[in-house]
Amino acid sequence: MNYYDTDLTTLHEKLVNKKLTAEQLTRDTLAKIKADNEAINAYITIDENAAIETAKAIDAKGINPDNLWAGIPIAVKDNIVTKGLRTTAASKILENFNPIYDATVIEKLRANDVIVIGKTNLDEFAMGGSTETSYFKTTRNPWNLSKVPGGSSGGSAATVSAGGVLAALGTDTGGSIRQPASFTGVVGVKPTYGRVSRWGIIAFGSSLDQVGPFTRTVKDNAALLNLIAGHDEHDMTSSDKEVPDFTAGLDGSVKGMRIALPKEYLGEGVDENVKKAVLDAANTFKELGATVDEVSLPHSKYGIAAYYIISSSEASSNLQRFDGIRYGFRAKDVKNLEDVYVRSRSEGFGDEVKRRIMLGTYSLSAGFYDAYFRKAAEVRTLMINDFKKVFEDHDFIIGPTAPTPAFGIGEDSNDPKKMYMNDVLTVPVNMAGLPGMSLPAGFSNGLPVGLQIIAKPFDEQTLYKAGYAFEQATDFHSKTPEIGGDK
Amino acid sequence: MANEEKIDKAQVEHVASLAKLEFNDADLGKFTTQLADIMGLFNTLSEVDTTGVEPTFSVTDQFNTMREDMAVNSHEKDALIKNAPDTQDGYIRVPAIIDESEGAN
Amino acid sequence: MNFQTTIGLEVHVELKTNSKIFSPSPVEFGDDPNANTNVIDWGYPGVLPTTNKGVVESGIKAALALHAEIEKHNHFDRKNYFYPDNPKAYQITQSDKPIAHDGWIEIEVDGEKKKIGIAEMHIEEDAGKNTHNPNGYSFVDLNRQGTPLIEIVSKPDIASPDEAYAYLEALRQRIQFTGVSDVKMEEGSMRVDVNISIRPYGSDKFGTKTELKNLNSFSYVRKGLAYEEKRQQQVLMSGGTIQQETRRFDEATGQTILMRVKEGSDDYRYFPEPDLPALSISDNWIHNIEEAMPEMPGKRRARYVSELGLKDYDAMVLTQTKEMSDFFDETVANGADAKMAANYLMGDVNAYLNDQQVDLQDTKLTPANLAAMIKMISDGTISTKIAKKVFKALTKGEEPVAWVKSKGLIQLSDPAQLQPIIKGIVDDNQQSVDDFKNGKDRAVGYLVGQVMKQTHGQANPKVVNELLMKELNNR
Repeated sequence: MNYYDTDLTTLHEKLVNKKLTAEQLTRDTLAKIKADNEAINAYITIDENAAIETAKAIDAKGINPDNLWAGIPIAVKDNIVTKGLRTTAASKILENFNPIYDATVIEKLRANDVIVIGKTNLDEFAMGGSTETSYFKTTRNPWNLSKVPGGSSGGSAATVSAGGVLAALGTDTGGSIRQPASFTGVVGVKPTYGRVSRWGIIAFGSSLDQVGPFTRTVKDNAALLNLIAGHDEHDMTSSDKEVPDFTAGLDGSVKGMRIALPKEYLGEGVDENVKKAVLDAANTFKELGATVDEVSLPHSKYGIAAYYIISSSEASSNLQRFDGIRYGFRAKDVKNLEDVYVRSRSEGFGDEVKRRIMLGTYSLSAGFYDAYFRKAAEVRTLMINDFKKVFEDHDFIIGPTAPTPAFGIGEDSNDPKKMYMNDVLTVPVNMAGLPGMSLPAGFSNGLPVGLQIIAKPFDEQTLYKAGYAFEQATDFHSKTPEIGGDK
Repeated sequence: MANEEKIDKAQVEHVASLAKLEFNDADLGKFTTQLADIMGLFNTLSEVDTTGVEPTFSVTDQFNTMREDMAVNSHEKDALIKNAPDTQDGYIRVPAIIDESEGAN
Repeated sequence: MNFQTTIGLEVHVELKTNSKIFSPSPVEFGDDPNANTNVIDWGYPGVLPTTNKGVVESGIKAALALHAEIEKHNHFDRKNYFYPDNPKAYQITQSDKPIAHDGWIEIEVDGEKKKIGIAEMHIEEDAGKNTHNPNGYSFVDLNRQGTPLIEIVSKPDIASPDEAYAYLEALRQRIQFTGVSDVKMEEGSMRVDVNISIRPYGSDKFGTKTELKNLNSFSYVRKGLAYEEKRQQQVLMSGGTIQQETRRFDEATGQTILMRVKEGSDDYRYFPEPDLPALSISDNWIHNIEEAMPEMPGKRRARYVSELGLKDYDAMVLTQTKEMSDFFDETVANGADAKMAANYLMGDVNAYLNDQQVDLQDTKLTPANLAAMIKMISDGTISTKIAKKVFKALTKGEEPVAWVKSKGLIQLSDPAQLQPIIKGIVDDNQQSVDDFKNGKDRAVGYLVGQVMKQTHGQANPKVVNELLMKELNNR
């Protein structure tokens, strides 16, 4: 089976009416993702036995007709800790790490009878935009196996895109949900900073990280955010704001809404086909009764520099705990304590992670803090102010998710600066803590192109409302890859 | 200041020592070139006038969130010890710590 | 050449809370290694800290006790360094905006009073403990990891080892009175790092500092500083220079020994902790804490003199610890005469504590029982001699009134009861009556002794004396 011709409501009805058991659904899902895994390599770990056992238990208990997600298998990015299920962050340093607790989002999934089917590939510690920095494997784009699926949540995006699962969880620090969603033609949402608990998310950039859902449709996406959002006493940065029903108000209308299109988002380096898809989308929204104004976010061009300073600085500190002492990889034949540290870390981390650690350590070090870390934090304030100004008289912002469609495997991997520049359109959203969505909006040479929608803090409802209206008015989301393409 | 800053091998080695990383000669050269390239990008921030601008270190909407002072022992010792690479008698074991003055508060 | 000395003290005080500063694990020691730890204390992937409100409150209390200004908007920072007892490889502390700054406490050295400034006070987490073993390994126990600490940093106002000693005494006393810590160096709930520099008199440029480690008591601090002060003087006098270095105090020889020379300063790469929202401390919160704060020792001492009529020295002794002072206040509140209560606490109680090597709060003594005993002395129910026995019973937790009754130790003060006994003894001792008439006062003592013997010590000596004199004068 695959999930192309179905959605959450349909599956739920089948499960409730016993036309399908959770066990059968799980077995079918396992068969599909195992068959695909050779070509796509989306998974680091497939939790076959536990998934089937869980499904059987849910069947025995009965599907709760009020719980849309009961008995549905989903995939989880492998930087979200799962109790008793190996969690690696795609790093050698955690190759055999067995968490002894569940992330809050996993607890919520389990409490709602969702079946965690496996752990998906990512760039090591979520650092990258192609899933190529994984220690374990390179994930391929279902639309074209010679292309990257994007990253860092490339495995989650690819498995949803290939119809392997209905939904998956990813994390987004600078675009790691939205960019792979764009590259693989699915819906990906990074919620407002604080909307979803970070407890159990292996930290990368603590002031930027958020968990969010991948799905094939906007409505399913909203339904999954319903499940994972909310204040958590384990995460003091998680918001205590009330969580609305994100599936409510999806009526296909954007009439009278005021949309901003920042001119900086269609500037130099943005692929012509991508530009065209965004301008077409603007027209679609206009036809639906919204207005579209060109606006300016003048500090956007400093976003990459400021983002890489802040995220790398936080990462350099967050990743110091991987020291070979309490858990994870410890280098063999160490002579002394210094060896434990230096060799475990030098052998355990890959090059991209080392680069970020070096950049962050440098940016925080004596004599450089003010010029780099603090300066970046000041620029961050200016970026936030840019958004605030636009949102004074606009309901949401649209633009491309990424400057280009998926690039070739190996194409950018030796030029880190070029790779970083690919994040130019997604990082401002994390810097300001805003909610952002990428959804299918066109194709360029057979590869999907994503439209990015950005809303005010805690206004995911507008994101979903706008996304749903666009989805209803277009048919990009119904296109599916014929897995293959030129290898 | 940051503008003229050009990172060299010695600096890369110093930063690596702070981060407890080491590079062989080939990697040191590669990393120095790459880091210098990226630091060049970072240096563009000096173009931005941030006079009087307060830094943003967090975008959480929360403040003053605190937990009541209640103790809970989660009794995880055995599971924690089991995950450690080297243990003895309930302790984590490491090669001898030589310089006792390093531990700081 | 004459030198002036500048001493800086950094004092870490462990706060007495139920749970750790950033994790709910219990703050308890002496348990099995790592028994009081969880995934947060181990710095597991994905964990986040949560701030303990009790720690912030304790911090505010300590700040108030040190007359410090409370920083209304403060936050935590990360201090990055690798060490086996530091699981995240960063310590959550406060660097940029500590919870309090610019305080002072008053010290007294040789009768001279002086204010010592406090530069800042911050809250932070303690590290675990490493133990070392000769077989080439060290062992890490994370039970202590996350224990809340406050660090108090003095301004460069301390000018002698004696002042340093007095500062530590005063600091310990004030913190102890807030109740936020036991402040015991011997148990590690108070730890002191010191630095010292000297410079020629009149010079406005501070000399190079040396740091001293392994100072495990106030007197070692004083000794170590005195040694170091002299050593630095000798180095400078002989034309040498002081290096920035860390030196270890050797308890056996009283000398300081070089541990390591510091090359530049450590690079801890501090930055604001992104996992914890900033703290905002309202005036109202501070006010409520202030209202509930115990009276500080200086105020109590003054009150004991002015309101209770104690001597200043006695008032000073009673306010050395909060336990003693509270005990005294409650004893008086239970109706005991203040001076008698003071004498008992400084006399019998202190002697008992020294003898047993225990703290007041760990004994079975209670203010109510002590007050009841003192009242029995005041109203003549028991003699001070019997009181010695009663006090012993108090240390075993006995209630004095019932105990005295059950042991039949109530003092005989009733003349109607005593008169026949006295008359009988006088009748039986004609020789003593004659001696008395011949002016030999010793005879009275003998007769009193006989009365006491016959009443098993329970006769009220004052009443016996009166009745006996009357009886003798009537013969």
